Amino acid sequence: MRLIVPLRGVIQGRGGLFVGSLIPCCLFYFLQLYLKGRRPPPSDPTELPRTSSRSNLFSRGNSIGRVRVSSRAVPVAKPPDSPYYIGLERVKTDPYDRITNTDGIIQLGLAESTLCFDLLQRWMSENLMESIMQSGDGEFDISSIAMYKPFEGLLELRVAFADFMSRIMGGKVSFDPSKMVITAGGTPAIEVLAFCLADHGNAFLIPTPYYPGFERDIKFRTGVELIPVHCRSSDNFTVTVSALEQAFNQARKRGSKVSGILFSNPSNPVGNILSRETLHDILKFAQEKNIHVIYDEIFAGSVYGEKEFVSMAEIADSGDVDKSRVHIIYALSKDLSIPGFRAGVIYSFHEDVVSAAKKLMRFSSVSVPVQRILISLLSDVRFIEEYMTAHRQRIRDKHVRFVEGLKQLGIPCAESGGGLYCWVDMSSLLTSYSEKGELELFEKLLTVAKINATPGTACFCIEPGWFRCCFTALADEDIPVIMDRIRQLAESIRS
Amino acid sequence: MGLPLMMERSSNNNNNNVVELSRVAVSDTHGEDSPYFAGWKAYDENPYDETHNPSGVIQMGLAENQVSFDLLETYLEKKNPEGSMWGSKGAPGFRENALFQDYHGLKTFRQAMASFMEQIRGGKSRFDPDRIVLTAGATAANELLTFILADPNDALLVPTPYYPGFDRDLRWRTGVKIVPIHCDSSNNFQITPEALESAYQTARDANIRVRGVLITNPSNPLGATVQKKVLEDLLDFCVRKNIHLVSDEIYSGSVFHASEFTSVAEIVENIDDVSVKERVHIVYSLSKDLGLPGFRVGTIYSYSDNVVKTARRMSSFTLVSSQTQHMLASMLSDVEFTENYIRINRERLRRRYETIVEGLKKAGIECLKGSAGLFCWMNLGFLLEKKTKDGELQLWDVILKELKLNISPGTSCHCSEFGWFRVCFANMSENTLEIALKRIHEFMDRRRKF
Repeated sequence: MRLIVPLRGVIQGRGGLFVGSLIPCCLFYFLQLYLKGRRPPPSDPTELPRTSSRSNLFSRGNSIGRVRVSSRAVPVAKPPDSPYYIGLERVKTDPYDRITNTDGIIQLGLAESTLCFDLLQRWMSENLMESIMQSGDGEFDISSIAMYKPFEGLLELRVAFADFMSRIMGGKVSFDPSKMVITAGGTPAIEVLAFCLADHGNAFLIPTPYYPGFERDIKFRTGVELIPVHCRSSDNFTVTVSALEQAFNQARKRGSKVSGILFSNPSNPVGNILSRETLHDILKFAQEKNIHVIYDEIFAGSVYGEKEFVSMAEIADSGDVDKSRVHIIYALSKDLSIPGFRAGVIYSFHEDVVSAAKKLMRFSSVSVPVQRILISLLSDVRFIEEYMTAHRQRIRDKHVRFVEGLKQLGIPCAESGGGLYCWVDMSSLLTSYSEKGELELFEKLLTVAKINATPGTACFCIEPGWFRCCFTALADEDIPVIMDRIRQLAESIRS
Repeated sequence: MGLPLMMERSSNNNNNNVVELSRVAVSDTHGEDSPYFAGWKAYDENPYDETHNPSGVIQMGLAENQVSFDLLETYLEKKNPEGSMWGSKGAPGFRENALFQDYHGLKTFRQAMASFMEQIRGGKSRFDPDRIVLTAGATAANELLTFILADPNDALLVPTPYYPGFDRDLRWRTGVKIVPIHCDSSNNFQITPEALESAYQTARDANIRVRGVLITNPSNPLGATVQKKVLEDLLDFCVRKNIHLVSDEIYSGSVFHASEFTSVAEIVENIDDVSVKERVHIVYSLSKDLGLPGFRVGTIYSYSDNVVKTARRMSSFTLVSSQTQHMLASMLSDVEFTENYIRINRERLRRRYETIVEGLKKAGIECLKGSAGLFCWMNLGFLLEKKTKDGELQLWDVILKELKLNISPGTSCHCSEFGWFRVCFANMSENTLEIALKRIHEFMDRRRKF
């Protein structure tokens, strides 16, 4: 802006020759600086004479340059600056144990569930061996687990997964195994989609607050940007099409190319569930702008509220919109509590995306023995039904206890219907209603109350004071301990 | 690139409303449209089977090791009480496996890998378990290292002939280029300092920044180990140019005589200077030596703390499931089993190699003197009508259609000499190998008659 005015002056003869020559000089100067920065460093800064004595070359460290890694690798090794990771690290130094370390830090920052471990354990001890070792005729045939198999996952696994996903989403939508690619977890699933749908420098719109891990999963290697679409507590943090529209237009003005929108539903960290109407509206919006929609439905089986969960697959199937722009990610880490197994899914209505994703799976596929276990597990319909019922019930119970406990302290939570966490409004405990105040509270929670909860800032929430608290790895007796610690902290803050 | 017109439009307000995909998605760098895939297709459509389809296509293009399956089977069945190896017994086992998703990897498994890698090298080098980063296969390891060592449009120098998969693994998502280091039969395809300099200069002339050299040792497709002197020269070169050295040692356990293999680890072992060491990285996997490609277990072993830390974090895109780690940890720590396995596997591969080379010799065909791997490098140059790429592909097509053998032509490996073919021998029974040799004999006899 500032450059245009003097130029105009030059053209119109005002400000004249001085400005007219100054600006090109400045531009030239900056151009030189830019080019210098871009030029590759001298490739052999230490051009040593070829010597026949090898020991000479290798003995004096000072004269040999340190070899560099790529510029995209540099940020990866840096110590984490997000409270999300900082909190996780701190718990490791002093983890709470209800017997051996009652003063330790209680982990509320990791969205994991151990509520139905007893059921899974029982299944594993009864079925694990068979599921890996047995082939059709009951004899162990090592080739069934040792040899190369299609990277996108065994057909039987895709069939079992399709059936499983349909079941946990209420049986209202069916999934087609041929549109599915099995990945080594949800993390590679989202990255592969980002690689397929957007070029380096393009962007995804993403409603806030969002899962902090997306920052790494999407940005680390793809070069795709995330543009936040801010949501507010007044809407219970539900995204609106007008907010999307605004963000889209602003991005365009800035010269950013938006390739798609990324949602999580049930959402993380808030835990709300998008209504059928909202899903329809979002798809129409994407159609209008000709962009992709990516739905991370990783918590679809962890729905405990009254609100019905609707998969985007169901909306896409309903026909009046071009569904090749719809892509869904799923994984077993949350609903089935087995993140260690590393099994996720990319489900896409776009043939070419499925085709490209299949080929990219060579970099992130699931080991065959684990696939065999999963085929067995996911096809055990009786067990899955038993598990899902228990899972939902137990989350609901834990959720009620946790939220009630907070309520008694005068701390409200956002309405939520799914996920392994609740979105807690601790703004009444802030000394200043700001990001700074929130981070101070985060620190106090960690060091004084010894609780790790993820602050909204880590999730790019625009309103200060919100914290994500995961409760599905807690025993009932842990909850009063937590509430007590928070109460004490609250008292000390309020006094 | 042959993109349909609508995909090239960059504006969002596209009246045709066909949504765009990325360059990565539409690129053909995955290589599956290349002519060699006709070979795979032919096999898929008409696969050889000893009993049911004895005239089908014999797959000699897949470097898979099936010669020692019986050893694995026996171990898994017998030395595995109550499925303990699978982690099914007891509460702690399952809990740990189910939740554990730390990109550091199970300590016991990393220790087992380090120990196994040491054994393969006859104890000539030590491996520190904390320098091991786990990835879902060597394919992922090579790609991950490339992301870390080079930026888009930078280059890695790779000696030819090389594994065709590198074109995809090193370049597709990374945007990094490969500049070939040309090697030829005049010195058994060994890398020379002149070839290195020439490749480096070629890159510089094209204004491409070279970030490292990537070798495979033992070599795929040559089936030969890299000489110690060459390794020393390579490290020398990398130090002078201040670039990285990646050694993919995925076939290190498949060396016929242990004494013939020198790992780059041995060269680096005696160097104290960190600035020399930290440019060296080794890739390994259980897919070839242990015949377990389905398990998807690969590693990056780096002498650079920074690369270890970075690779670890990036490995979240390609983790090995904790179940798999648990399963293999006990097997790989069982020294009695691994020593036995390594020794017998080597012997069997050597015998296979001798069988095929002798058989080919009797048919009048020479191979490069090999010392490792699951394949031999066969010279059919004398059969070519024209010593060109087309000439070679024509011959390859004849071998596929008439002999029903799927082998890999040298051009797919970017070999600068025409007429060389890689022939795999470890992914079939001895009988099948005999049949393949018989077909070759008959073909050569027919040819001689003309």
